[in-house]
Amino acid sequence: MATTLTGSGVSPGTGYAAAHLLTGSIPEPPKGAVHDGDAAAEKARVQAALEEVAADLEARGERAGGEVAEVLSAQAMMARDPGLADGVGELVDAGVSGDRAVYEAFGAYRDLLAAAGGYLGERVADLDDIRDRAVARLTGSAMPGVPVDAAEPYILVARDLAPADTALLDRNLVAAFVTEDGGPTSHTAILARAMGVPAVVGCAGATALVQGTLLLVDGATGEVVIEPEPAAARAAVATARARAEALSGTTGPGATADGHPVPLLANVGGPKDLESALANGAEGVGLYRTEFLFLDRADAPTEEEQQAAYRAVFEAFPGGRVVVRTLDAGADKPLAFLPPPGEEPNPALGERGLRMFRRYPDMMAAQLGALARAAEGTEAIPYVMAPMVATVAEAAWFADACHAAGLETAGIMIEVPSAALRAHDLAKVVDFFSIGTNDLTQYAMAADRQIAGVSDLQDPWHPAVLDLIALAAGAAGAAGKSCGVCGEAGADPVLACVLVGLGVTSLSMGSPALPWVRASLARHTLDQCRAAAEAARSAPGASEAKEAARAILTGLGDLGL
Amino acid sequence: MPQRRLIVEAEVGLHARPAATFVQTATRSPASVTLAKGDGTPVDAKSILSVLALDVKKGDAITISTDGDGADELLDELASIAGAP
Repeated sequence: MATTLTGSGVSPGTGYAAAHLLTGSIPEPPKGAVHDGDAAAEKARVQAALEEVAADLEARGERAGGEVAEVLSAQAMMARDPGLADGVGELVDAGVSGDRAVYEAFGAYRDLLAAAGGYLGERVADLDDIRDRAVARLTGSAMPGVPVDAAEPYILVARDLAPADTALLDRNLVAAFVTEDGGPTSHTAILARAMGVPAVVGCAGATALVQGTLLLVDGATGEVVIEPEPAAARAAVATARARAEALSGTTGPGATADGHPVPLLANVGGPKDLESALANGAEGVGLYRTEFLFLDRADAPTEEEQQAAYRAVFEAFPGGRVVVRTLDAGADKPLAFLPPPGEEPNPALGERGLRMFRRYPDMMAAQLGALARAAEGTEAIPYVMAPMVATVAEAAWFADACHAAGLETAGIMIEVPSAALRAHDLAKVVDFFSIGTNDLTQYAMAADRQIAGVSDLQDPWHPAVLDLIALAAGAAGAAGKSCGVCGEAGADPVLACVLVGLGVTSLSMGSPALPWVRASLARHTLDQCRAAAEAARSAPGASEAKEAARAILTGLGDLGL
Repeated sequence: MPQRRLIVEAEVGLHARPAATFVQTATRSPASVTLAKGDGTPVDAKSILSVLALDVKKGDAITISTDGDGADELLDELASIAGAP
């Protein structure tokens, strides 16, 4: 009987492949380790390993291009450093084993850089990464980082995934993600949904798995079966695939069974996500996260650079709506050129989103100007919205700035409970709302999105969250304005129906979820959605709310949901 | 041995991109090339780690030394990298 681990299923689908563990660190080779006496051969072995590391870093850089290529090519130079090679050579001549010699030779430079601090101090992590890669090659351990040249699909298992780990993932090779930490809105979950890869997060015991173990991952139920019976595993994958094919039967603009239109839009992080959005039938963009342009760089992008990135998205949806969220940075997503005022004990409650723009108004003016010019001459309808708005005064300040920049349609995210509670006042000063359910849930339930221990609270099905959504959607409707949802809740085919029943006018999500939501809406009438919303809000808790809604949404069975 | 003394003008000093360009340029020469900060001990200018570890900042005085054929051209090139604002 195969053992099963259980976590939270956050991206549906089934994957069956060998586990690739993304180990956090490579163990230090033991002090005093010696080689077998052939110093020349040992030096050649080390030289070859360092060269392989350098070539691998360069190859990764070439694939990623741009700024990443430059960073990785500098790392490759470090692996090929003649001073380092000399240091290794002296140690090997003295009898030290190659892996230990690499460790010690890097250590000498590591200490120098660490002592200098500042920019050089930050290079210590780069140096450690190169050292670990070289030691891993010499000892035959798993390489740190994501495999780039895997011959077969693998299941990526890690404590949690950082954006840097995932820059080069090939979706054709990643069969599933399993992480020990993280909740439904962790980076892994969002990335998995964006890639359409099954994922289980918050899975206790995942990092204790053995490299190469075959796993069957169910991204809907959260089950991870260790060494399953192969025939049964292959059958499970085939069933999942067949169900996915059934989904593609529903096409066209989003609407309920009785024809109430619900535009289905895509969440995108940049021009690279457009292909998937168009392939999945997005009718526009409901959330363009512009911070990806700004992350991981020393200087702010120029207005020209911003314009080009915005224009690419506008041009992809002629006549369609493109909702752009202005820079959402803060202590949790720090930018080198917009330093936060200091260490924040609770960054989720700090100077982030629009609050950051109060400190850096020039940055806001530059972004709004670039957006206005990017939209010129395109047929897209630009909607611009600010994150982290709490008060009417903030909303009015932002809307005025948009209008002054020549952007007609200015809106706000509803993610702070105060904004949902006072939505009727906010609706007077802005042109639209978009509910960010991830943050709205985090703030309403006082449950940090990054903490797996409170992931049961980080659930948008909680009736308190549904009440806030109903308030915001109701206020927008009364003012004749639109109110979309662009949080992960819109990607849940069951909750999507409930959101429409609460008065939400459009849904935006990671593109691979679009067919599921389209199919789910097409199987239910607006009245059914309203009844499901009413039933969910009458429930005492999240699981009861989901249960009550499912009982009314009878078409879900067709989709195997 | 031909030498060039100059003040580093690059905003980031001999770090990041200027350091990489400097080392790449030095590496193209078959001759030995060294770099010293102030009156400090010269280090191998072909070693990115040694160059970085010198922690040369904007305004620091450096000495670049090399010999062999084309020493002057190489020194001109290296000086223009380190001296570029």
